[in-house]
Amino acid sequence: MKKNTKNGVTKRSRALVMRETRSAYLFLLPALIFFVGFIVVPMVMCLVTSFFNYTMTDFEFVGFANYVEMFNDPVFIKALKNTILIVVVAVPAVTVFSLWVSTVIYPIHAASRSFFRCVFYLPVVTGTVAVAVVWKWMFNKYTGLFNYVLSETGVIDQNISWLGDEKFAIWCIILILFTTSIGQPIVLYVAALGNVDNSMVEAAQVDGATSFQTFWKIKWPAIMPTTLYIIVITTINSFQCYALIQLLTSGGPNHSTDTIMYYIYYEAFKLYRYGYGNAMGVVLAIIIAVFSALQFKLTRAGSAE
Amino acid sequence: MNSGVKRMTPYKVICIAIMIILAVLFIFPIYWIVTGSFKDPMAINAAIPEWFPKNPTLDNYVRLFKNPALQWLFNSVAISVLAMAFTCLTAAMAGYALAKKRFIGQKVLFSIFICAMALPKQVVLVPLLKEMSFLGLHDTLWAVILPTVGWPFGIFLMKQFSETIPTEMLEAVRIDGAGEIQTFTTIVLPIVKPGIGALAIFTFINTWNDYFLQLIMLNSKNTLTISLGIAKLQAEMSNDFGLIMAGAALGAIPIIAIFLMFQKYFTQGITMGAVKG
Repeated sequence: MKKNTKNGVTKRSRALVMRETRSAYLFLLPALIFFVGFIVVPMVMCLVTSFFNYTMTDFEFVGFANYVEMFNDPVFIKALKNTILIVVVAVPAVTVFSLWVSTVIYPIHAASRSFFRCVFYLPVVTGTVAVAVVWKWMFNKYTGLFNYVLSETGVIDQNISWLGDEKFAIWCIILILFTTSIGQPIVLYVAALGNVDNSMVEAAQVDGATSFQTFWKIKWPAIMPTTLYIIVITTINSFQCYALIQLLTSGGPNHSTDTIMYYIYYEAFKLYRYGYGNAMGVVLAIIIAVFSALQFKLTRAGSAE
Repeated sequence: MNSGVKRMTPYKVICIAIMIILAVLFIFPIYWIVTGSFKDPMAINAAIPEWFPKNPTLDNYVRLFKNPALQWLFNSVAISVLAMAFTCLTAAMAGYALAKKRFIGQKVLFSIFICAMALPKQVVLVPLLKEMSFLGLHDTLWAVILPTVGWPFGIFLMKQFSETIPTEMLEAVRIDGAGEIQTFTTIVLPIVKPGIGALAIFTFINTWNDYFLQLIMLNSKNTLTISLGIAKLQAEMSNDFGLIMAGAALGAIPIIAIFLMFQKYFTQGITMGAVKG
């Protein structure tokens, strides 16, 4: 008798699960069509064709030849180094700076806080192209603002071709990338600081903790998940740095601003070597995945102690 | 007033001062675009920059509109609006299903969405272009719209918002005999409306500014967007900064205005999207 009831329930709940599953997939269907059709399919194609000599005319299986070529390609190695330089400089700079800005603007009046948040978001909204063209003008050797201001203040004695000089070009790119990257982290940090348990902060203050101690002991651990998320998204974005390069330097001078993303574009769309480009894409994706996983592990370990 | 001053430590005063300087620096490029677009060639090429145009001229805009700039603007609006509408609809449905239904494959599917979000979407542009050519959509606005809708961020965001729907409410209407679609339109949609607002503005701005995708997919004169148009002007007349600034102003001002109007929803969207589920 008891057994029967149990069976009855299982049957009914199984029917319920099936019904729920059917209706759930009907709701998911439109999104899945777009997701599978325009994200999953190209991802699979990217992986598969990376093992092919795939150009306008050829399509033959070559195994790992593209991958072997890549690590013997001095331009790829240079592009990889530049990309890593951009990431290693930009990610800590963006994270630390946006945290500092957020701690300064969080306690002030709500309207001014919202004003500053908007201001730092402006370069993102303005769009890469508009931002790039105005910086290109400001960096111009003859009519640019930078040379004018720096020579007026006596920092430099002759005009510098900022984007045309191997020593400076990549730093100019990093500076612009920085201004277009801090908007989102600031919004996230301000929100995260708002979620810190206020009673703990007050208790610490009553106990005579300095504001530095309160920050380090209470707020910093509490906002750790946000820090992690910011580091990961900034890393992903910095690894993909492309538009600024294409608009400002085209990888030059002398490959000093080539990034992997720019080199992929160049090989695939200028030289029509799709297979080689896709192989580099796969390597970039793997590097990003490893970096993200590593940061996740490290930051988790740091916050758990 | 007095107590306000008392609470300000020197460190805070310095910080606020730096913040104001930084704010000026961050606004400056936009100021330079707008004022530059009204400068004559003399002022543009002057060795000593004019901080404010002394002889403002509309000549740059006259020359800009000799190009199909309005068509570019229209194309940008079209891809942004359509991508926004499709994303909001598909993501609201999918997010609701992921948050409120218990079904076979739920965890796997959600993990796949999360992993896809962590992958760099730019690396799939080469095969995506091939796919669009195969479908006969290359160099049409759809080639930009469809991949934008496929990106799972919207699903993730709407799942976060859908978690707030009270389950009892859904059960109550089900007992009353409401069908799935009726439940969705009468219960779910009104509750997740702020989420849809956030996703809408987020998708609109990001689609408008997704220069790389547009660059790969669109290349004939009539399908260019305003971003591509400015880049084209820059490539063709690299030192005609007045004309380029007029183009940049035409591209940037509308999107900045939209951002300022809806920034409350926008920041909400970013914040919700970051809370890992």
